[in-house]
Parts: sequence; C-alpha cells; structure tokens
Amino acid sequence: MDKLISKDLLGIKNLSIDEINLIFETADKFKEVLQRPIKKVPSLRHMTIANVFFENSTRTKLSFEIAQKRLSADIINFSSSVSSVKKGESLLDTINNILVMKVDMIVMRHPNPGAPHFIAKNINAAVINAGDGTHEHPTQALLDSYTIKEKLGDLKNKKVAIIGDIYHSRVAISNIYALQKLGAKVMLCGPTTLIPKYIHSLGVLIENNIENALKWCDVANVLRLQLERQQNIFFPSLREYSLYFGINKKILQKINKDIIIMHPGPINRGIEINSDVADSSNSLILDQVENGVAVRMAVMYLLSLNKV
Amino acid sequence: MTNKSRLFNEARLEITINRLCHQLIENHNSFSDTVLIGLQPRGIYFLDRIKKILKNILNKEVQSGILDTTFYRDDFRSRTIHRAKETLIPFLVDDKNVVIIDDVLFTGRTVRSAMEGIMNFGRPKKIELLVLVDRKYTRDIPVEPTYCGIKINTITSDRVEVNLAEQGFEKDNIWLIN
Repeated sequence: MDKLISKDLLGIKNLSIDEINLIFETADKFKEVLQRPIKKVPSLRHMTIANVFFENSTRTKLSFEIAQKRLSADIINFSSSVSSVKKGESLLDTINNILVMKVDMIVMRHPNPGAPHFIAKNINAAVINAGDGTHEHPTQALLDSYTIKEKLGDLKNKKVAIIGDIYHSRVAISNIYALQKLGAKVMLCGPTTLIPKYIHSLGVLIENNIENALKWCDVANVLRLQLERQQNIFFPSLREYSLYFGINKKILQKINKDIIIMHPGPINRGIEINSDVADSSNSLILDQVENGVAVRMAVMYLLSLNKV
Repeated sequence: MTNKSRLFNEARLEITINRLCHQLIENHNSFSDTVLIGLQPRGIYFLDRIKKILKNILNKEVQSGILDTTFYRDDFRSRTIHRAKETLIPFLVDDKNVVIIDDVLFTGRTVRSAMEGIMNFGRPKKIELLVLVDRKYTRDIPVEPTYCGIKINTITSDRVEVNLAEQGFEKDNIWLIN
C-alpha cells in the first residue's frame, strides 16, 4: 500500500491497519525533515489548503498550519466567528465559496458531529476532519498512537487508560479505534456521569477508580474536562473531581509504577492533572505536540497523492 | 521482441567501481572537506561499496549520508511508487564538496531533486555527480555526471535493469533492455 484508500480522512473507524502504518512510516520521514536546518519540502507546492474552523482551536490549527507550511502548500484560514456564517450562510455554501477559489484540500473543525462527512460527500476536494463535535478527531488519535509507538516500540498488548471526560471527548472515540486496531487494550476511567452509557460495546474496560486504572495501565492518556460543552451538572464540584480523578505525584508514588503520561491539551492544571505530573520526565505531552506536525504532514501528503 | 544485453557483470562492476574511487581520490585527496551522498533506492548500495574501497585505500572512513528524493520530485503524483525511504544526513553540508552517488542517470530529474534536498542541509561549496550508467540523449534537464562508469546510447523506451547482491540477487548484473 502506497497511498490512502479514501480521498478524505474523516475518522479512524474506517481506516485500515495498513493505512495507519503507512501514515506512521511517512510521519517518520517527515520527522527527519523537521530536524533539518531547512525544515521544508516542496511536495505540496501545487496545492492550496483551507483551514476552516467553526470552533476554537489553538494547538490543532497551529499544528496543521505549520505542517502545511513545511509542505510548501498555500494556505487560507477561515474562522466562523469573523465570517458570513454569522450572517446566516449555510455550511455547504460557505465551503463551495471557498472551493471556487481553487482550493484543493479542506481541514475542517465543526461543533456538529458528521459535518465534515456531509461536506466530503458533496465536494471533490479532500477533507480532513480536525474534530467534529463529540464524534472523532482522527489526527489527534494518530499522533497519540504514534507517540506511544515511538516510546514503547509497539502497541500490541499495551494497556492504555483514557482518563477523564469521555462523554464530551472526540479524542477518546478516535483513540479507542486507533489503539484497538494497533492491538492495544483500552480502559476508560472517570465518573460514571462522564462515561457514555453504551461505550462498553466498543470492547473497552470501564473503571471508576483512578487508582485501579493507574495500577492497570502502561499509558495514561488524561483528557481535559470540557466545561464549555457541559450544559448539565456532571459532578458536584471541580474540587471534588480533582480530588477523586485528578492525577498528581502523590497518587503515582503510591502505586509505585512507571506510567507514561499523555494529554491532548489544553491542560486544566490542578484539575485533571497537576503540574508535578504534567511536567515530569514520564510526561509525553510536548512529544505529542511535536509529533502532531509530522503526523499531519504525513496525512496531507498522502491525501495529496490521490489528487493527480 | 525485447533485447537484453549485459552492461556489467560482477568482475567488470568491481573494476569500474575501483576506477571511480581512484578518480574520486584524484580530485578530493584526503576527503577532509568532502562528503558522499547516496540516493535511494540503489545509489546507497554503490555508496557502501565506494566507502569500503576508499577506506581500504585511505585508511579512514569518509563522511557519508543517504538521501531520499521523493518529497522533492516534481512527478511524485504520477509515479507508481510513492512510499518515501529513509534519509540520513547527520551533518551540515556548509562549505563541503558533496558527491551525489546514484546508479543510473536518465532524465536528470532525480538529480535535480537531490540537489534541492541537499541544499536543505546547508550551502555546499560544490556538488558533483557520480553515476554508474549514464544514459545519453535522454535528458529532460541539463544535468551531466562528473564521474561515470559507462556511457550508453539509449532511447526513452529502453530500460536499464540493475540487479545487485545487496538486493538479494545471486550475482551483480546490470542489463540494458530494449
């Protein structure tokens, strides 16, 4: 296999193991490019990519943007907060107006699950899902798995606990698919109210006790409490959440086990994770950000091969 | 009907690579400011052979690296193989003499993309090109070798097939197929 089957990357669910491994192998090559004095290749100089963000983003948007610049693509950035969407323009109209300016690829974030899928069906340009509501965030899952693989060599039979706000997390769903496809065992840990009712059907273990989860796992991927999505009250107070589900040095010393700590960011320091853990030598949080650029370069490069 | 004629057998290949090594020494003396860059996929095998011979003669290891040109090609979307291979150049090429090593010089496009790739590792003093087979009259861009094993007259539809022991073949053989 030398290129991706689909013209789009909408989720991990429909990606094959071979495709994931191809993305990882290509990301290895781009990681080497990023170590060079001139960190740029001309591979996408023929392409124009639109970053269409209907929701706030710092890390993902920056990561995509720098990856596009390293690949020599032309970029246009669209943010819904300063656009005609505010005047009532429909999603498809907005995208078609962007495409008519000869755009070849759309990187899209949207608060509604399925929005990138709808767009991908209706346009010829490649679409990359940069997060659709609480559904999927495929490039985050790819870079998470890539980072674990880089650290541990292989994901087969590795135990990964995803801890925190699973209910509102697109990172969790994409991570479950990616990790399981690569042979890892996945446990979800958090308060019952933040774990979706039917998620066990994905073949994951469920745990409500943080200490048990940490004792079980090799890697703890700690998720952010998405307070902006929480219209209902899911737990009594942030203080109580932090007390029962926050990860700090004390609890890690108690279980006395070397665990890799990950977090997709942005971190609520002192709530889901303390600084003494986030900044420790076991933390791969900054490696995730660094690898994100190489993985996104790989995805865009491979999707560009489908456009001959 | 296809015609297959042998350009190199094992013995001839050894003699030619030895000659190329001596030509390199003529121009680069002790190789103190010279680095060798083998191009993926088959240039790296010649790089290894050249390095071994140079080590025997000079009694020192010549600095070298390998480069994959996939990301620099202008035709990467229309070729059948897209998978990039390893690049490993763990040094800067600032003020160095760089010798690019490849098996066959055909259109010159690989060498053009290799030069672009090398420039990303600094500003070399000079770039030279060593190829084993130079296919004359097939160039798309004006690239000529500094050192050459053999020059042959070919047309575009001809093919040069390189079979090396390093690729798993029993013996080294380089064929011209037309």
